[in-house]
Parts: sequence; C-alpha cells; structure tokens
Amino acid sequence: MASIDIDNVRKNYGAVPVLHGVDLTIKDGEFIVLVGPSGCGKSTLLRTVAGLEEVSSGEIRIGGARVNERHPKDRDIAMVFQSYALYPHMNVAENMSYSLRLRRAAKERIASAVSNAAGKLGLEPLLERRPKALSGGQRQRVAMGRAIVRQPKAFLFDEPLSNLDARLREQMRAEIKTLHRDLGATSIYVTHDQIEAMTLADRVVAMHGGIVQQVGSPLELYDRPANLFVASFIGSPAMNLLKGTYDASGAEAGIVLPDGTRIALSGPYALQSGTEVTLGIRPEHVVLSPIDGLPARVSLVEPTGFGIILHLSVHDLPLIAFTLDRTRLQSGPTTAIAFPPEHLHLFDGAGNRVVRAN
Amino acid sequence: MAIADALSTMPGTRRSLRDRVALRLEPYLYTAPALILIAAVMLVPLVLGLSYAFRDIQLLNPFSGGFVGLEHFRTLWGDANFFRALRNTLWWTGASVFLQFALGLILALLLDRPFAGRGLVQALVFLPWAVPTFLTGLNWAWMFNPVIGPLPHWLYALGILDAPNNILSDPSLAMWGPIAANVWWGVPFFAITLLAALQAIPRDLYEAAAIDGAGAFRRFSTITLPFLAPTIAITILLRTVWIANFADLIVVMTNGGPADRTQIVASYIFTQAFKALDFGYASAIAVVLLVLLMIYSMLIVLLRQTLLERG
Amino acid sequence: MRVSFLGTVFHRLAILAYLLFALFPLFWLVKVSVTPNDLLYSEGIRLWPSRTSFEHFRFVLENSAFPLFFRNSLIVATSTAVIVTVLASLAGYAFSRFAFRGRAWLVALMLLTQMFPLVMLVAPIFKMLTPLGLTNSLTGLVIVYTAFNVPFATFLMQSFFDGIPKELEEAAKIDGATQFMAFRQIILPLTLPGIAATLGFVFTAAWSELLFALMLISGNAAATFPVGLLSFVSKFSVDFGQMMAAGVLALIPACLFFLLIQRYLVQGLTAGAVKG
Repeated sequence: MASIDIDNVRKNYGAVPVLHGVDLTIKDGEFIVLVGPSGCGKSTLLRTVAGLEEVSSGEIRIGGARVNERHPKDRDIAMVFQSYALYPHMNVAENMSYSLRLRRAAKERIASAVSNAAGKLGLEPLLERRPKALSGGQRQRVAMGRAIVRQPKAFLFDEPLSNLDARLREQMRAEIKTLHRDLGATSIYVTHDQIEAMTLADRVVAMHGGIVQQVGSPLELYDRPANLFVASFIGSPAMNLLKGTYDASGAEAGIVLPDGTRIALSGPYALQSGTEVTLGIRPEHVVLSPIDGLPARVSLVEPTGFGIILHLSVHDLPLIAFTLDRTRLQSGPTTAIAFPPEHLHLFDGAGNRVVRAN
Repeated sequence: MAIADALSTMPGTRRSLRDRVALRLEPYLYTAPALILIAAVMLVPLVLGLSYAFRDIQLLNPFSGGFVGLEHFRTLWGDANFFRALRNTLWWTGASVFLQFALGLILALLLDRPFAGRGLVQALVFLPWAVPTFLTGLNWAWMFNPVIGPLPHWLYALGILDAPNNILSDPSLAMWGPIAANVWWGVPFFAITLLAALQAIPRDLYEAAAIDGAGAFRRFSTITLPFLAPTIAITILLRTVWIANFADLIVVMTNGGPADRTQIVASYIFTQAFKALDFGYASAIAVVLLVLLMIYSMLIVLLRQTLLERG
Repeated sequence: MRVSFLGTVFHRLAILAYLLFALFPLFWLVKVSVTPNDLLYSEGIRLWPSRTSFEHFRFVLENSAFPLFFRNSLIVATSTAVIVTVLASLAGYAFSRFAFRGRAWLVALMLLTQMFPLVMLVAPIFKMLTPLGLTNSLTGLVIVYTAFNVPFATFLMQSFFDGIPKELEEAAKIDGATQFMAFRQIILPLTLPGIAATLGFVFTAAWSELLFALMLISGNAAATFPVGLLSFVSKFSVDFGQMMAAGVLALIPACLFFLLIQRYLVQGLTAGAVKG
C-alpha cells in the first residue's frame, strides 16, 4: 500500500484544458471518492494516476516516487473499469490470474491468490466460466477479483457500479466498503453518484470544470458546502437556492428576497449590506406549519414511501420541502413554512460560502 | 527498484524521451508497409499512365516512346469505336445497376421477414457472389450457347427469340448476355447491404405505424424507404463507378464483339493494351474515362449538397 | 404483425423463384461436367443426363495442365491473402487506435484507390514489372494483387479492431502487459474471426482476378486458373465437358472460403462499402 500525491496536475487535449492544476494528497489506506457531473475531469484525473493518460504538467507520486514517466504496467496499481473490461477469451480464473502470470509468479502463488480472492468474492463456483456466461453482478465481482489478486499499491475504480441495476449497486457498494475495511488498500473511486460518494468515502473530492471544488469528509460536504456547485450537487432532493440581498440593518441580519420578504439569519455575516447573495436551505430543514411562518402554496405532493416531497411556491418562488410526517399527504392547497436560521447557507456573488462574522 | 525510482524522478530522462518518440512514430510504422506498397504499385503506375497518354508507346515498336502531345486525344476524337464504347458503357452500367438494385431490394425485403430455414436460404442466394467472375462469365456464355445451354431454347419457347440462337453472336442482343451474368453475380451485393440497413430499422416504428393505422404499403413508403434512402444512394453511387470499370465479364463472354457491340470503355482500354499492345493510346482512353468518372462523382456530390441544403 | 395466408404463400414462392435463379447456373455447370461425351449433344438441354460419369474430371486432372494452374492459383491466392492480412492488420490497428497527423489524408488516399479504374494501370504496371523480371512470375502477381487488396482489407480490419473495446487493452497494460503483449495476448485472439474473414475476402479476390493475370502472364508455367481456362476456351475445339469440369474445380476453393466468410459478409461490405 502507498500514499498518492497529485501535485498541480494539468491536462490539455490540444488547446482544451481538462484539468486546471489539481492538488490532492491521498494518505496510505485512504478511500477517496472523486465525484462530479460528467465532463468534470474526474475520470481524466484517475486515468493520469493510472498512467493511461499523460499529464501536461505537474507531478504524480505513488509511495513518494515520481511516476509521470512510468508506463501503467510499472506503476503497480490495479483498476476496475466501468465496462469491467474482462478478457472475453479467458475464463474467470484466467482473467484474475493474468497479471500474476505476466509477472511470472510461481504457480502455487497464483493458485492461492486466485482462490483467496475468489473466496472473498464468492466466485469459487464460477472460476471455469467465460465472462459471457456471467451476470452483470458476477462480472463486476470478477473485475474486483482481478484487482485484489495483485495486492497492488493502490486500487483505482472508474464508475464500477454504473452498469448495475439499483439493488445490485447497493449490494456491491456495501461489499466494496467491506473489502476496503478488510484490505485497507489506498483507493481512488470515481463516480457521478453522490450516494456512492457519501457512503464509501473517507474523503470526498467534488470536481467541476476540471477544478477541485471541495475536499472533505462526506458530512463536511453535506453540512458545509464550500460553494454553490457543491451545495447543489450533493444532496437529494437538492438544496433550495433563493436569490436575495443581504441586509444588516435592524436587530438581526437578514436576507431580503426579490418580493420583499425578509428572512432572518442568526448573527451577522462578513458581508456589506446590499450585497447580492444566494440563500440555501436543504429540503429536510424547511419547517412546515410553524406558528408564524410564510404562506406557501402546495403545488405537488410526492410520496417516496420513506418520506414525502412537497413542491411548494412561496410568492411564486419554487421551493421543495421534505418531511417524514405522513399526515402531510393530506395537506391542503396552502400551508406555511419557516427557515430555521441555524440551517441556512449563504453564498456570495461568486458562489462561495460566506461564514458568520465573529 | 530503487534505481528505477531514482531514474524516474529525474525529469525528462532519456527513457521517457525515447518513449515519446516511439509513441509518435508508432502509427506511421504500422501503416508504412501498406502505404509504400500502394504508392509503388498503384500511385506510381497511375502517374506513369497519365504520362503515357501523351507519349507514343507501342510494345512491339522499339522506336516508339517519343512525346506526341495531344496526338492520342485527337485520334480519340475521331475514333467511332470509342464513342460506341462510351454509349455501350452507359447502357451496360445503367441496365446492370438498375436490375441489380431492383432485384437486390426485393430480395432484401423477402429475407427481412423471418421464416424457417432463413439462414440456409440466405447463404444459398448469396452464393453467386462468391463465384469467380471469370467463371461467372464463362458459365453464362455456356448457358447462352444453344448446343450446351438451355437458355436459347427456353427463350425460343417463350417466343422472345425467333430461333434458338446464341444471343451473344447477335449484335443487337449481345449486350444482354454480360448484363444477365452481371445481374446474377451482383444482386447479392445489393441484397446484403440493403438487408443490413433494413435490419437496423427499429421494429417499434413499424408497430407504432400499424397502431396508427398505416397499411403495408404506407409503412413501406413512410418508414422503410426514408430509412433506406442514404444506404441506397451511397451504394448506387459506388456501384455505378465500379460497374462502369468492370470489364471482366465482357472480356470473357464476348471480347467486345460481335462487331464491337458489347465493347465498353474499360474493355476497350484493356483490348488496346492487351491485344494491340498500344500502351500510349490505351492510357489516353483511360485518362478520358478517369475524367468522366470524376465529373460524375462531382455531380453526385453537388447534387447531394443541394439536396442537403434544401432539406 | 399479422400476415395473410396468401401473403405468406407469395413470399415463399418469391424466395423459391430467386433460389432457382441463383442456383440454376451452378447446377448446370455441375450437370454438364458429369454428362458423358456421347450424351453431351443428344441430351444437351435435358435437366439431368440419363447416365453420369466423372470422365471429364479424370481427364482434366490427369491429362491437362489444370493441376498446374490450380497449384499456381493456390500459391498466388494464399500468399496474397496472408501478406495482405498482415499488412492490413497493422494499418487497420493504427487507423483504429491512434489519432495521428495525416490520418485523414491516408484514409482518403486509400478510398481513392478504390475509386479509379484499375484497368488503366494494366499498361504501366506491365512496363514497370518487365525490367524487374516480374512478368510471367507468380511473385509479380502476388505483389500486384497485394497492393490492390490492401486498402479494402485495411478498412475491414479496422472495423474489427473498432469492435474491441479500448478498455481491454488498458486493463492489460495495468495488469502489467507491454503494448506488444497486449496486442498479442488480448487483441489478436479476439480478432481471429476478423482475420479469418479478411483472409477469405482477399483469397477469393485473388483467386478470381483475370485482367492483370492475362496481361502479365504468358505461357503455361506461371498461368493461374482463369488464364489457363480462358486459353483453353480459345485454343482447342470446344470440349464443354472438360471445361466445365475444370470450372467446377475452380469453384471449390472459392466456395470453401465463402462458407468461411459468409457470417462476416455484412460487416465486410459495410466496412469498405466500396468493393465487390
């Protein structure tokens, strides 16, 4: 196992920049998830670590050694592909042992490594099968098995679960987490699925437009998004975002919405009065039917089974609220809402998080 | 390992430079053998052939080889055989392409419908395409021979011929011989291409149209044809050029005869080179054919452009 | 969709009619080749002779130069097929996997070679090969046929390489393979069907070629099957039985290769979409 350092890595395709100077330090044994919408550069970053793409500038170190000039085969890393990339003309055992055979490992070692990995993944009865004769979930397991027989310095995952159906994805997600707990291997995992990011990661790296937007533990990203991108990307249903003006006059600071409604904040922020800001609140934090709240129209009620999503409009501003209270299914055409100040997020004109001044 | 690490931490090591050069060169190394061969055996002769068109090159005349300017083209302008060959080429190409396409489309539509034994039938109806063209030509020539072949007798019985004679020796009918052979040999090409295009049409389109109340003919004209149109256009364009150049069947079946009635431009070039051994004149005809084909292709491209702009 | 009974009957009849059209000439070839000489003219247009014999085949195999022609054709077609497939694999792989400067020009050049009339090369190629001693030689034919078939075969091989996901190669590299090992152990085994198809296409094309063989070969020693058969037709008083027996022999390798490539016809034709 080894640490991975990514140092000011840039990547251009011709004149088009895809990575704008990425810095990231991954500790030995850490599970890092790169998350972001498609085209954000997360897969490119992973592929530069693998050596499948050359960096345009910057340095990548694995276990402290610069690997920029090394071929993928000399980097001692394993990778699980979205399409699994199983060799169709080899059976499961041959697929898993290919890397060891290339390294001319001893027969007994290959056999024990394969049976060990097969045992961990429940693949023993399938060792003689060709990939064509496997289900999607089984193929995914073989791809994982191929990675773990090697005991490499690091595991790279490129959207490994996107080709599975929802239930299987949940199950494999848990298995990957268990495997990581058992093996303690340094891992970089690319996904566009925020649930995978939240559940698997020690630290999440949110990326957008080739730039790292925020690095932190899953809950840090959820509770204190560094900017509007992270705020709107993490969380489902997504955070409500309302445009308004910061107003420091009066007893407590507040936000004035375009229609004149004033929403109170807790304490002053490091902002000038009159600054254009965006106010954010997560749907589950919107309080329904408080004693003296804003009137809201209910335009749509979506029961999810677990809870209820309410589509509201407040003075013609669309807003989403989430509640576990089933009586809300019968809620009338109007209700009232309130925004608890401690759950409000504030972003400045550039979209960056504004912190409370004190 | 330690040494390798130390080496690779030095930026711009020699290994990485060599790697980079090798990586750049790789595709060129892979394509080079094919390209060198194509250049030597196709492009150089092509240029050489263009130069022959302006020189007096006769294989059996040791004093030939001089530059004659446009002499060959002047001869060509007065060569009635050439203009007959040009007319014959239009007739040969037009009739062959039309019949191959029409039968190919029908065959593709027949094979598009599932039925028991379709795989076998498909292999059998495509078989003519695998028959070597010289054999196709000979075989059809034999079939048209009243001594050994049934066709003249059948045509006579049907009242199409006045007597069971060989149409290949009848100047007014001879062209039908090579055309028949060409159609027999070439239908599979159209059928395969169109069948592939047909099977790429999403089935649910037909179901949707049927639910909307479209009859079989309606479905064909509003779904099948529009979907096939691009394939039809490109296939016909390419096949037209190919068939215009396709001299094998004519050389084998009639050698241009009787009385030059089946001579097409391509076979005329071959005859001039192979029989008369007049390479200069043959090359001049070839240049004219090349120019005509280029004009044809350009017209097609222009037509396509205007159609695209209007659509 | 429901189809009427009448429609089904019509469909089957139409297919039957086309089958007859496609197979009858081949049937006739076989029929004449097994008709004994004394019945050839008296039963000329009967569908099947009252007595069959293999005397023509025996004669052709024992007393004619056809075994030599057959051998020559086999050498030329096999060598051409093997060399073309090797060259086309390399070039097709480059076209499929690399984005390099000049790629579009090379593709255009190869397409161009498929468009111009090859017959216009007959004279210059003859002139070029004569001083090299490559006329009247099988080597000369192999060189010419190889060049003619490489462009189409390259497009065909490219389409097969395109069908192999790039990730397989990447996975192999990460597993520790060099570029060459990845090619040999992963890509090549997966391309075997494509290689077989290319071999088949090129073999059939080289086996059938007539005009250049006529021009470049004179005399029996280096004559290929088409040249031999055609000179047979013009030289002797027509012996139909023997010619057709020879024709059936010429058909055999072509049909064998057709069976080999049958499954890939569609892919091959749409890949090149330019050559028959």
